[in-house]
Amino acid sequence: MTEFPKIRSVGLGGVLVTFGDRATDDANRAAIAFRGAVDALALPQIKESSSTLVSAFFRVDLAVHGFAPLRDTLAEVLAQRDWLAAPLPTGRTLWTIPAVFDGPRAPQFGEAAEAAGLTRSEALAELTNTRLRVLTIGFAPGQPYLGTLAPHWNIPRQVGLTPNVPQGAVVAAVRQICLFAKDTPTGWRHVGQSAFRCFRPSAEEPFPLAPGDEVRFADISSAELERLEAYGVDGTERAVLT
Amino acid sequence: MRGLRVHQVGPGVAVQDFGRPGYLAKGLTRGGAADLLAVHEGSALLRQSPELAVLEMVGTGGTFEATEDMSIALSGAAMTASIDGNAVVWNASHALPAGSVLVIGPTREGTYGYLHVSGGFATEPVLGARATHQSTGLGALIAAGDDLPVGPGARLVGMTVPRDARFAGGTVRIVPSMQTDDFDADTRERFANTVFHRDPRANRQGVRMDSDQGFSNPEQLSVVSEVIVPGDIQIAGDGAPFVLLAESQTTGGYPRIGTVLPCDLPRVVQAPAGAELRFTFVTLDEGIAIQARADAAWASLRKLVTPLVRDPADMQDLLSYQLVGGVVSAMDEG
Repeated sequence: MTEFPKIRSVGLGGVLVTFGDRATDDANRAAIAFRGAVDALALPQIKESSSTLVSAFFRVDLAVHGFAPLRDTLAEVLAQRDWLAAPLPTGRTLWTIPAVFDGPRAPQFGEAAEAAGLTRSEALAELTNTRLRVLTIGFAPGQPYLGTLAPHWNIPRQVGLTPNVPQGAVVAAVRQICLFAKDTPTGWRHVGQSAFRCFRPSAEEPFPLAPGDEVRFADISSAELERLEAYGVDGTERAVLT
Repeated sequence: MRGLRVHQVGPGVAVQDFGRPGYLAKGLTRGGAADLLAVHEGSALLRQSPELAVLEMVGTGGTFEATEDMSIALSGAAMTASIDGNAVVWNASHALPAGSVLVIGPTREGTYGYLHVSGGFATEPVLGARATHQSTGLGALIAAGDDLPVGPGARLVGMTVPRDARFAGGTVRIVPSMQTDDFDADTRERFANTVFHRDPRANRQGVRMDSDQGFSNPEQLSVVSEVIVPGDIQIAGDGAPFVLLAESQTTGGYPRIGTVLPCDLPRVVQAPAGAELRFTFVTLDEGIAIQARADAAWASLRKLVTPLVRDPADMQDLLSYQLVGGVVSAMDEG
């Protein structure tokens, strides 16, 4: 196996820089930081960039620009520092998202707490006190994968799928939290419910969340959630991370 | 309003264009027309930008009435077509005068057919494009009763562009991609030597390939979800290859054995269910050279456009004249 980081072509559609072969928190930070650094160079052949759990992707038409020149440029940027220890880009957003972690709107909260070996109140404290990072966005437009929770949250996905977990659901598995962009069948456990909309096609900001953003959940009652839903708002607060 | 009134329409008709690049980081793939060569062919016929929106039709088209004079072009999968009851030929441009009725029927060859109008469809853009992204609910399928607005455009009719052989399967060139080396040499060789059949399970997200072989790699279960580009061939859990298209998800957890060259992707999307397809590896450098030549060819398609109806004095073949008689009458009315 080649050492990481690895630079590879992806079809004729771009170049991928990968920081690990397992979804670690360090590899994710590196991917986000590296993508930010390359974006800041504003290389004209790069049409857009993205980051996945452990990689940064740069979309380039290789039929026009070839592979070697960009590979060499990216290798130079890689050599500038230890990206696993790099700080995350500034200007990211801290989101405080109200959610219910109790009762019928959070049907698998107790089961997930037990799987993590925690009491309900310990589990609630960890889910609301941990600042989670948007590790990546995917599966559905605007949908974040948040992490990384403590090792005892490494709870497996259920074998059987829950047929329809609603939009705005807070679901947990494999040390991550996902916030559903739309109603979805899933093997992740439904531990909470927010009124947050990850994808707002006609809004000025259609995809509010970005990789590297941070999310903190604020515990609210079902009555408060119903009030937010009745007004068509999500109650979210945001601040700029410096 | 200049437009097309939809009287009847099949279940798989939607507005498409080149899609929405720029949102990969936000979890939204580009989407857009499945057969981009067909989009270029239609634009060459009407001498207009390939970025104008078109109607993509799967299975069958519909019945459309022009509210003002316009011209149309038909490209991609050949379907039966008539204007005011007179048959018109595919891969050609035709006049569609105000009040005339265009009927597009079942597919005869291929999978995705396209209707182009002079000026392009002028539906309301969402996130910078008119493309319908069905898997994420951006835009809607066309329904009977819709009025499709059409932009201003010149009227150019009676032209044709040659059809190629991409509508019945064949050999598709692929380049090694990020995870190709994770498959052992034997698996890659078996993959390249297998004759696949396009599975009936296919949509704008991907096309499954059938064979009596499996191509799983032993480390498959541990693959971290990674970026997808159109044409990536993922090997699903049961070992079957899936060619991913422009409306796939942005990332996927199954490994990719290779990536179809963009210029060969129309052959994959147009292959009807059951058609034979083979994948042949070319090196990255060869792939770049092939694609660069195809890009140049697609950009100069207008050079291949010729008149569909020649002056009767030049006519060598009376039979072909009669075959395109419908076009002549449509032009006379226009």
